[in-house]
Amino acid sequence: MAETTSQIKYTKADFESENDIRWCPGCGDYAILSALQQVMPTLGIPKEKIVFVSGIGCSSRFPHYMTCYGFHTIHGRPLTVATGIKCTNPDLHMWVITGDGDGLSIGGNHFIHAIRRNQDLKIILFNNKIYGLTKGQYSPTSELGKKTKSTPLGSIDNPINPVSIAIASGATFIARAVDKNVKHMREIFTRAAHHKGTAFIEIYQNCLVFNDNAHEKYTEKDFKDDNSVYLEHGKPLVFGKENDKAIKLKGFHPEIISSKNGSISDVFVHDENANDRGLAYVLGQMGVENPELPVAFGILRCINEPTYQDRLIEQENFAKKQKKQTLEEILNSGDTWVVK
Amino acid sequence: MTVIHHTDKKRETLEEATVRFAGDSGDGMQLTGGQFTNATAIVGNDLSTLPDYPAEIRAPAGSLAGVSGFQIHFSSKEIHTPGDALDVLVAMNPAALKANLKDLKPGGMIIVNSNAFSEVNIKKASYDKNPLDDEALNKKYQVFSIEISRLTQLALEGMNLPGKIVDRSKNLFALGVMYWLYTRPMETTIEWLKKKFSKEPQILEANIKVLKAGYHFGETTEVFISQYEIKQAHASPGKYKNITGNEATVLGIIAASQITGLPVLLGSYPITPASDILHELSKYKHLGIRTFQAEDEIAAIGAALGASFAGGLGITTSSGPGICLKSEFTGLAVKTELPLIICDIQRGGPSTGLPTKTEQGDLLQVLFGRNSESPIPVIAASTPSDCFDTMLEAIRIATKYMTPVFFMSDSYLANGAEPWKIPQVSELPKIKVNYRKEKDGFYPYGRDEETLARPWAIPGTPGLEHVITGIETEQITGKICYDPTNHDAMIKFRAKKVANIANDIPDIKIVYGEQQGDLLILGWGSTLGAINAATEQLVEKGYKVANAHIRYLNPFPKNLGDILKKYKKVLIPEVNLGQLRLLIRAKFLIDAQGLNIIAGQPLKVSAIYEAAENLLKGK
Ligand code: SF4
Repeated sequence: MAETTSQIKYTKADFESENDIRWCPGCGDYAILSALQQVMPTLGIPKEKIVFVSGIGCSSRFPHYMTCYGFHTIHGRPLTVATGIKCTNPDLHMWVITGDGDGLSIGGNHFIHAIRRNQDLKIILFNNKIYGLTKGQYSPTSELGKKTKSTPLGSIDNPINPVSIAIASGATFIARAVDKNVKHMREIFTRAAHHKGTAFIEIYQNCLVFNDNAHEKYTEKDFKDDNSVYLEHGKPLVFGKENDKAIKLKGFHPEIISSKNGSISDVFVHDENANDRGLAYVLGQMGVENPELPVAFGILRCINEPTYQDRLIEQENFAKKQKKQTLEEILNSGDTWVVK
Repeated sequence: MTVIHHTDKKRETLEEATVRFAGDSGDGMQLTGGQFTNATAIVGNDLSTLPDYPAEIRAPAGSLAGVSGFQIHFSSKEIHTPGDALDVLVAMNPAALKANLKDLKPGGMIIVNSNAFSEVNIKKASYDKNPLDDEALNKKYQVFSIEISRLTQLALEGMNLPGKIVDRSKNLFALGVMYWLYTRPMETTIEWLKKKFSKEPQILEANIKVLKAGYHFGETTEVFISQYEIKQAHASPGKYKNITGNEATVLGIIAASQITGLPVLLGSYPITPASDILHELSKYKHLGIRTFQAEDEIAAIGAALGASFAGGLGITTSSGPGICLKSEFTGLAVKTELPLIICDIQRGGPSTGLPTKTEQGDLLQVLFGRNSESPIPVIAASTPSDCFDTMLEAIRIATKYMTPVFFMSDSYLANGAEPWKIPQVSELPKIKVNYRKEKDGFYPYGRDEETLARPWAIPGTPGLEHVITGIETEQITGKICYDPTNHDAMIKFRAKKVANIANDIPDIKIVYGEQQGDLLILGWGSTLGAINAATEQLVEKGYKVANAHIRYLNPFPKNLGDILKKYKKVLIPEVNLGQLRLLIRAKFLIDAQGLNIIAGQPLKVSAIYEAAENLLKGK
């Protein structure tokens, strides 16, 4: 993370650009933008040191609506550009905005590799399970059987779970949030901002035009609590409208138990710092790949590992200590001869 | 073989020679050739090399497909090419003989490892019987059958080395023989071996023994009657070293980085024949040079472009297939007007094509291989050492005009070597780079009046926060803008900015020949050497011929049209189907003729000479 300066006093308005916002009225993107604009002033980072990089898609317009430096790149490639920026100037505070199509379909390769290298980037993936900007084709996160413009008889592709890929790639920070829960989003963004290394955040975002209510199980008052479990480090996984359900691990299989009857010692206690990727994987799958369980929101994993930039600088400093060479010495090195 | 001592051998002085070392790709022919090159450089000969190796790392031993060759042309006069035909062919096995014999001059020398001419190997090379027993061969050429494998074993007798190691050092025996034959010093190779095997004293000792054994064999055996000498070439005074195109490219990048103070980020994905630039540049971490081996070609250019946005010198290196993958990002670099160097080290195509062979087939691709109007300056190196100057020039243009630039080289330049007069640091071109700092009057697309460049305002600069995008943007403000008149204006600004660079590049000059005449031979890139040599011969023959060479392929030098008009005919030799010719014909409406041989090899001097002569004679 970039150095913080206590003198800087920003408000949310300092991060609101004067550009007209071109998202559809009511789009979930607005809430995400607003949450991030609220978090920015609390970080104490000079605005000029913050860079937003995006690809192509509805969400990728994001940098235009902030007042920081921004690079709105091409489809699927924001992580590559962000990598180059951060490697050239590790002092910058980098946010990457991508979507399910941009990040996981055309940009899937970069997604894996940026994460495995632990690039010091905060990646927010807006998952609306649809292609919005191209007007409604199914995306890699669309469910099997999904009927869209390009799948009139239903999709025959299995969907992928962004969080599972992030874990498989070794992400050091993984979180999930939903656009309607702004307070929670703010907490997650704040934590991500302070994480050193790749921070991957999947946001369930509603596209009201092409895939309305795709995430209503987790947003509608009547049933969201029964379908969501909010993770807290060191706390048992308890959920439900009445706070009456809990998750227990049977081997690798999570099960729902009643938190009233079951002994609390059986309940799975969340440890976001667990080095074992398996636990985070189990949490990430809940509700997505096994729908009878609740979906886990919050920070699935947060561990400390040297970032790509740490290693880059360390290696460079080592090399600088080992060897000093002027341009003249370099040009004149090797087997040379003199003609008189 | 009986060895008789001959210390009083004839020493003949020659003006030049062309030698090719050929063997299995596992035989170390590239190393052997490289060592011979270094020793030749130390002698002070002018030289030019052509490594030629198969795409397969280790094709089946003894097979024709697995033959690897290294050719060197050296002279006491100035030379331009690795040579059309060979004076000496060193063949380490039958396949090497078979694959290379066609290039040997009649009467030329064949030096073979006769131990490798076993029945199996002879069969593998598709010979019916041992070619060494063929009378016709012995009549047409001077064949020197040497038991290189056995003599190597004898030299190492008693050292108790594993057979594999003994066998592997036989190329040094051949090298020793060649050192003696052409009176080259062994010191550079001995020094090199000492470095390479500093931790394995036994292997070091063995290698030096074999090298010397080869040398002494040449000296003492009755096989060779004469020894040859090629005197030092008359070069301009100064310090020299041998350099390949890829090495010169790397030094150009390093020099530009030191001159400008810009931090380099090379984004690259391994691809033949560009990978050596990545390997070599990654050795300079101590200068703060950063190299990033990306997950693919796209990520490689993406990272480089990100580096440019952040104020670095973003560079990406590749070859044709990789350039295809980079084209969308190249368009983004055009639209966002950021300095970026894209190196295309061309190879045979289309598709995977001939990864290790040379070609000039990407010219139209780099000029036009993107959607819409996407103008980019393109400059091409013409000799291995010219890669250094060309890279500096590419970086000057990119940073001054805020534009991506294509740097063109090819497999022949990349791997070929020539002596390079090491420049004084103080004589290197000054390249000044200014980041925008002032807040007042800052607009992301506010252009410099002279260059039309937009300001380079890098993240971290207070007050200059802005967003760049691939979407069309408004003139000056850089805000997203779909207005038709604005788009028309922006398309034309981008075109004009690049076209105007013509005011800032040197005029094209006649390289050799008169300022007007019957025929101009026009080239670009790595054909320079062969065209020069052909032109010299044509002029000597009395023809009114001259040659000119284009470094700046976009924009063209301003006087190019004037030069073309001064000759009755124009011949454009290219290792493609006539890509420059298409451009010249379209732009200058002249009936330029082509010589187009796309064989994965550099053009031969004789082919250019013949084409020119035919054209002059109206054939
Ligand atoms: S199409 Fe969907 S995702 Fe895109 S702006 Fe409209 S509502 Fe939002």
